[in-house]
Amino acid sequence: MSTIVSKYFDIGYMESLAQGTSALHQRDARALVLTTFIFIVTVVSLDKYSVSALMPFFFYPMSLMVWGGLPVGYVLSKAAAVSVVALMVGIFNPLLDRQVFVWVGPLGISGGWMSYISVLLRFLLTVTAVLSMVAIAGFAVFCQALRTLGVPKPFVVQLMFLYRYVFVLTEDALRIERARKARSFQPGAMRYSTYIPLLGHLLLRTFDRAERIYRAMRCRGFDGKFRRLQRSRCTGADVLFVVGWAAFFLAARAYNIPAQLGHLIMGTKG
Amino acid sequence: MSHHLVEADSVHYAYPDGTKSLQGVSFRITHGESVALVGENGAGKSTVLLHLSGCLFAAQGQIRIGEYPVCAANINAVRRSVGMVFQNSDDQLFMPTVFDDVAFGLLNMGLGKEVVEAKAAAALETVGAAHLRQRPPYRLSQGEKRAVAIAAVLAMSPDVLVLDEPSASLDPAARRRLIELLKSFQHTKIIATHDLDMALDLCSRTIVLHKGQVIADGRTEQLFQDEELLQRSCLEKPLRLQGCPVCGK
Repeated sequence: MSTIVSKYFDIGYMESLAQGTSALHQRDARALVLTTFIFIVTVVSLDKYSVSALMPFFFYPMSLMVWGGLPVGYVLSKAAAVSVVALMVGIFNPLLDRQVFVWVGPLGISGGWMSYISVLLRFLLTVTAVLSMVAIAGFAVFCQALRTLGVPKPFVVQLMFLYRYVFVLTEDALRIERARKARSFQPGAMRYSTYIPLLGHLLLRTFDRAERIYRAMRCRGFDGKFRRLQRSRCTGADVLFVVGWAAFFLAARAYNIPAQLGHLIMGTKG
Repeated sequence: MSHHLVEADSVHYAYPDGTKSLQGVSFRITHGESVALVGENGAGKSTVLLHLSGCLFAAQGQIRIGEYPVCAANINAVRRSVGMVFQNSDDQLFMPTVFDDVAFGLLNMGLGKEVVEAKAAAALETVGAAHLRQRPPYRLSQGEKRAVAIAAVLAMSPDVLVLDEPSASLDPAARRRLIELLKSFQHTKIIATHDLDMALDLCSRTIVLHKGQVIADGRTEQLFQDEELLQRSCLEKPLRLQGCPVCGK
């Protein structure tokens, strides 16, 4: 469980990344959310066999990571942690669609494999873009931006609570795991007889703690609405940011840029 | 609030599992008083504090904060008057940065941006945590967390400060700083604690709870000399009053 805490739920570190001072950190969170939303819609709307056409889209998450001063390895490791979902989503594609779609020399690649690769690439693009955006804006600001962009309040509040309670759950899990280890003398996996009461205990403790946190919030006037000091206003640079990237996404959507470049270099007709 | 009076009148409360936590608790605390609530574990100290801040409502009897009876209809007025610092600061701090956390209550009060920024900065300055303003709360030491939790409450300018075990899990230096900080406040203070030395330092009056009832209410120094009372409440005479272990003077 401590591995889970350190590797998969180190969201606290992500929050510290939002304290950066790069030009991207100065962007209004709504601009980042809107641009990322347009990015996701464009990426998802591409043809199911698209692989080369997806390549230019890597420019966006890479730009966020590089210009936002984010550790690329950290963001990719977070994406990898949830990649099992994408691996499962397209796993039967190679079996269901066996018709050769493209020849690479003597090697025929079926449509199933192409669509599977496409699913994985789309997953990588969208997840790294969202993670980078949240790391730059900070989760609370991200939620506030969602709200101002018209996302329903119950959904945004649920997101905020989920985020808060992930910390609670993992902190308690860590303590329980430490206590178990301190009294375990045999290495190896936990037995079910230990695991089940431990999980039950964790759940009860988390309920208890969640109740205390909620009380503390109520004591300071929490009424279901998260308010924060507005850090920035939407400026011309923010509008330019959204429009510029949207234009790039639409261009990359309309024209298969790598294919066009290939044809140009090879002197063939597209 | 006109007189900053805190009054409990025969308050009864039982938790949903049937545990009778308060059984006819009565007291009256006036403006500017510093009062320690002491007693064994499960005596009802924290339950009293939760009633004062409107987190729980009395099943019988009544709690009044100034002119407001503590009830659902008055809850906002009560919470503006009473600032509660919880036992575990981690329960209280949840925003991404220290400054956001201190500003949280102020924003909920509907104050403007400039006022919020000024009050939050002033509160952090008061507790000596101005340098922590951009730090994420979960990365602070226990002492720093406690200071920030107090700043978060102090920023809201409450009339009454209610603190649940404020010195718990602090190292001696942080505990001493906390005591000096609390001493400097002119608020009415109600402090639930097992730390009788701190109670002796901060509170001129002490209320002793035992099994949900007030069994003593009087001057702190006088009550802490009563060994029978302390023993009955599973407490121990503060070190300062214990005297020399050899000659007893």
